[in-house]
Amino acid sequence: MWAILSLLVENKPGILFKITHMFRSRNFNIDSISVGVTDNPEFSRMTITTIGDEKKVEQIVKQLDKMIDTIEVKQLDEHKTVYRELSIFKIKLSNANDSMEINKLANAYGGKVHDVKKGSMMVELTATPDQIEAFQELAKPFGILDVARTGVAALQRSGA
Amino acid sequence: MASDLVNKMETMTGAKALMTALEKEGVKEVFGLPGGANLPMYDEFARCNIRHILTRHEQSAAHMADGFGRVSRKPGVCFATSGPGATNILTGIATAQADSAPMVAVTGQVPVAMIGRDAFQESDIIGMANPVVKYAFQPRHANEVPEAVRKGFFIAETGRPGPVLIDIPKDVQTNEAEMTFPDEFKIRGYHPWADPDMVNVEKAIDMLLNSEKPVILAGGGAIISSAFAELQVIAELLMIPVVTTFKGKGSFPENHPLSLGPIGMHGHAEANKIMTEADCVLAIGTRFSDRSVGTFEAFEKRLKIIHMDVDPAEIGKNQTTSVAVVGDVRASLRIMVKMLTQKAIKKTEDSIWLKHVRETKEYWKENLKLHPGEMGAAKILRKLRELLPHESIVTTEVGQHQMWASLFFDVIQPGTFFSSTGLGTMGWGFPAAIGAKVAKPTVSVVDIAGDGSFSMTENSLATAVLEDIPVIVFILNNFSLGMVAQWQRTFYGRRMIGVDQKNCPDYVKLAESYGAQGLRAQSMDELDRAIKTALGSDVATVIDIPIDPEEDVLPFVAPGTSLSDMVLPS
Repeated sequence: MWAILSLLVENKPGILFKITHMFRSRNFNIDSISVGVTDNPEFSRMTITTIGDEKKVEQIVKQLDKMIDTIEVKQLDEHKTVYRELSIFKIKLSNANDSMEINKLANAYGGKVHDVKKGSMMVELTATPDQIEAFQELAKPFGILDVARTGVAALQRSGA
Repeated sequence: MASDLVNKMETMTGAKALMTALEKEGVKEVFGLPGGANLPMYDEFARCNIRHILTRHEQSAAHMADGFGRVSRKPGVCFATSGPGATNILTGIATAQADSAPMVAVTGQVPVAMIGRDAFQESDIIGMANPVVKYAFQPRHANEVPEAVRKGFFIAETGRPGPVLIDIPKDVQTNEAEMTFPDEFKIRGYHPWADPDMVNVEKAIDMLLNSEKPVILAGGGAIISSAFAELQVIAELLMIPVVTTFKGKGSFPENHPLSLGPIGMHGHAEANKIMTEADCVLAIGTRFSDRSVGTFEAFEKRLKIIHMDVDPAEIGKNQTTSVAVVGDVRASLRIMVKMLTQKAIKKTEDSIWLKHVRETKEYWKENLKLHPGEMGAAKILRKLRELLPHESIVTTEVGQHQMWASLFFDVIQPGTFFSSTGLGTMGWGFPAAIGAKVAKPTVSVVDIAGDGSFSMTENSLATAVLEDIPVIVFILNNFSLGMVAQWQRTFYGRRMIGVDQKNCPDYVKLAESYGAQGLRAQSMDELDRAIKTALGSDVATVIDIPIDPEEDVLPFVAPGTSLSDMVLPS
């Protein structure tokens, strides 16, 4: 099971270390993690995605909740949540048509094209992890030179 | 904030603020060892009313603070310098964390500007200690010290207790600042108290009443929360037999007709038998350690588990529960007592289950084979029990002697038995006994020891003698690392590697060289005299009791097997 966890934590040095250390020491896995300060500079919002059965995810939530620097820990229901990840792909250009083809593909996924050079171009794509992976599959035949992904950021919809 | 204004501001150094804050917490003793990075704190001992107890190793200072904390239920305090001083206390901190003991450890650190430059005696102790502390502070400005101490004590002693580290850079100790000592403070992400869960307590009662073969399993949480009276009332009202974990040993008087003693790897045969036959367990303040329950699956498969614990993260961690009651276990048990009294529930002794429990207990009392020699472990420990007043405090080291203590030393007065059960730290018992004696100077304190484990912190004899803290070290000396030797005999074809300690050192001479009293007991008569002499002495005493190096601890539930696979003496 893929789970999205949303944490409100103290915006203090060393918190990210403590959270990730807990995952390591208790044999849990972090699939992705993204961190940013909230509108209130005293807090940061962490979004962690993880994989595990229901029991494991429940334990992860409890262990996170137990930590003194976490203010709030929630498992988000992905159907009631807006969640997105930013990715940047550097893709090889071998043939004359490649840049046009990749442009079309990027458009189809709502991506943006940057830095078209001789031999390579970049695509910025903000989407769900599934969509990013689908794009990646389709871009593979052109030759992916590099990928950078931010991990998921997520918020539950109002009233959900 | 309002309370800050009420507090008078005072200008002082961070070191002075530390000692002032400790005094405000009621600290009377600090266990520790000075060094370059904590000298400003040490200098303050000259100007405050806190007694410093010098140890010969920082690990022992931490164990003393741990022993003090477990007995007094207030955080014990230990001091160490930066670098190796700090890394030396790590084992002590991890031990306290594994056994949920309240402790505040204060380390010196290199000056703020030197942090991260690999300075002399610099260690990233905050990073290293993170997984084994309940919380850690590193004040970067002198005026942050008072709040770190106040919050540190609060965190260490509330909820599920644990160790807190306060790491103070040297310049933060020497810098002056305007200090306020807040009474009120807020820790947004810390909620140690849950409201009593009436609904689930009621469910628990129903489940217990509707089961045919109920058992109470009392863990360390029952001792930490002093739930002794409540536990006994419930056991007697419902007529339910009581087993304990090893950490919960002595939460229930072991001479009580309903007591079966500890379960687990070296649990009592009758306790393991009854535990494997039960259909419902009321588990109080336990984390279902593998040493207690054997393989998790075999345990939960047969049983309805009612789990009471102060730590919500323990619910469902190792066992699937039928009913969970989160909260201080004493508070939860009080509600249970109240509900039982209101419903006028009072069971009698004539159930089939209780009859079976009594018979099982009787059977093992008669039939458990003991070492045939005069100086067998059971005879030695029963002699100690016979002569030791019930209010005395007993600690243990880690190894065979510890498990023999579990099997053969009955704890009569609840809350008088302490051991390193979670981390299993050899060398814990003796310094912890010293800490216990400082917390409760009016009672005798005995460390039931083995030669291997005692060797690890034997230099605490210097502390016991020079600081006049007369505890008794009771060594069951088998001249070897006995538990490892037992496993090598049992699982490794008697290939004895790295376990022979021979008669080195001579523990009587060792004790005497420190100015302590050294006694040797080679017969039951000598043992009788030695124990009486030690109890009547006002100096630390080591009793060296040579035993058969081949004596095993039995019964034995091998690792990775279930309680029903208990190996018995042949």
